[in-house]
Amino acid sequence: MKSIRSYHLLVGVLLIAALFLTGCETGHKFVKKTGFKDTDKIVITFAGPVDEAWASNVANFSAYEKPDPDIVLTVKEIVLSSDKTKLTLIFEAPLNTGEAHILNIKNIMSEGQDMGAAMLTVKKLYFGVLMTILIGAALINNFVFTKYLGLCVFFGCSQKRSTAIGMGIVFTVVIAFAATMAWALYQFVLKPYQLTFLNIVVFIGLVSLSVQGVDTILRKVNPILFKAFGVYLVLVIANCIAIAVPLMLADNEYTGWESFSLALGAGIGFLIALFMMACVREKLELAKVPPSFKGLPIAFVVAGLFALAFLGFSGLSIY
Amino acid sequence: MAIKEKTNTQLFVDGILSENPIFRLALSMCPAVGISTSVMNGILLGTAVLFVQVCSSCTISLVRNYIHPKIRIPTYTLTIATWVTVIDLVLAAYMPVAYKAMGLFVRLIVAFAIITMRLEMFASREPLQKSFFDGLGMGLGFMFAMMVLGFVRELLGSGMILGYDVLGFKPLLFFVLPCAGFFVVGIMMGFFNWIEVVYKRKKEV
Repeated sequence: MKSIRSYHLLVGVLLIAALFLTGCETGHKFVKKTGFKDTDKIVITFAGPVDEAWASNVANFSAYEKPDPDIVLTVKEIVLSSDKTKLTLIFEAPLNTGEAHILNIKNIMSEGQDMGAAMLTVKKLYFGVLMTILIGAALINNFVFTKYLGLCVFFGCSQKRSTAIGMGIVFTVVIAFAATMAWALYQFVLKPYQLTFLNIVVFIGLVSLSVQGVDTILRKVNPILFKAFGVYLVLVIANCIAIAVPLMLADNEYTGWESFSLALGAGIGFLIALFMMACVREKLELAKVPPSFKGLPIAFVVAGLFALAFLGFSGLSIY
Repeated sequence: MAIKEKTNTQLFVDGILSENPIFRLALSMCPAVGISTSVMNGILLGTAVLFVQVCSSCTISLVRNYIHPKIRIPTYTLTIATWVTVIDLVLAAYMPVAYKAMGLFVRLIVAFAIITMRLEMFASREPLQKSFFDGLGMGLGFMFAMMVLGFVRELLGSGMILGYDVLGFKPLLFFVLPCAGFFVVGIMMGFFNWIEVVYKRKKEV
């Protein structure tokens, strides 16, 4: 029993390590690490001290974005740290840090020795990319308040806080499961056999199947949980976010992890929206609302105010 | 069974007025909020919904006696998905600009509650002709509601109707902002409720 557990732990650690490491490998023995800093700087860390005369020569460095090799980005200034192992290249224009950059370095000179030329790939940590997608789907492009999807279920399930939380959790679980399956199906079946025109039919079937699957598994594995959350399962199919997420990840050609974080973000965003709306609607019950606005109309106005507030997230960028 | 006594014309008018999908039944709200920024969007999406609704209603009505009751919902879903795929490919091929403007919403017709509901409540029980008129009424009702919303938002937001400058100035730019959709739909619903309340009061007096 113990060995199985430690085996799982090992796999988990390896997976997380793989996620972190993908951004750090450099391909040259003398270069330890590369990475972006702010929006216009690239930082290179060397294994040993480099010569100041070599480092201050701008002509030794040239960089471009991976998809556009013919657009060379100009280096404005180079700053060498006091222990001479860390080099900061400051570029003239802000860099598009979402894209991988290729950095060519001519003969690296270290204490009079030539360490050879290097061609480095500078990119954001993959983990950072995933977090950007997740937070983007949850807050910046919240599916309810900025994409206006899933409104039927949103207004139907936000009368009480307990209902809101139940629906949000069930939806997050099902959508994460369904989106991962949709990604696999799209990448390994639909695309290779050129059946992408069947996207809609396949994805809606897949979502219904995953709902049925989660239903069956939950009923057998944990009947108590099923009693609490089973009612919400049916409603997941009626939610257009559940079909929008697979379509989006197919349109954007996301990878498996990216699809998963998009689905997770969509679910969390839906949960946040539902919960906030339920809090307000519980208070609205006590408020004096004009009779013709009771119920749905006033809920729409409140949702509009939330949508205005969510516009404020549009400038947010974390990684 | 009041539905059975209705004539075709009544079915048709009911879909547009007293059972209007957006204002009265409050179903398929997503496009009503999301892309009702202009009358043109309303017409286009309305046409797409009309097509899907009529075709699915007729299809289900034709095969209604062969569907096993246990698998009726999946059958409806797949039927709708098929027709949505058809209209999706047609729009993408012939109207690429308008298709882009509507974004995901054309493909999301597949998840519109109104269509499934009509299939379940009506087309699975009634003969072809009646289902056709019911579908036509519902589709046109949706189109009508989308056009009204688009009219209000386009007129108040940019002072234009169908791209023609009517007012010559922009009364409230706020209305073309995407999030104003919530306010417009909410206020319109309140307005329809208010009319009903006033009407009832008059009747009582």
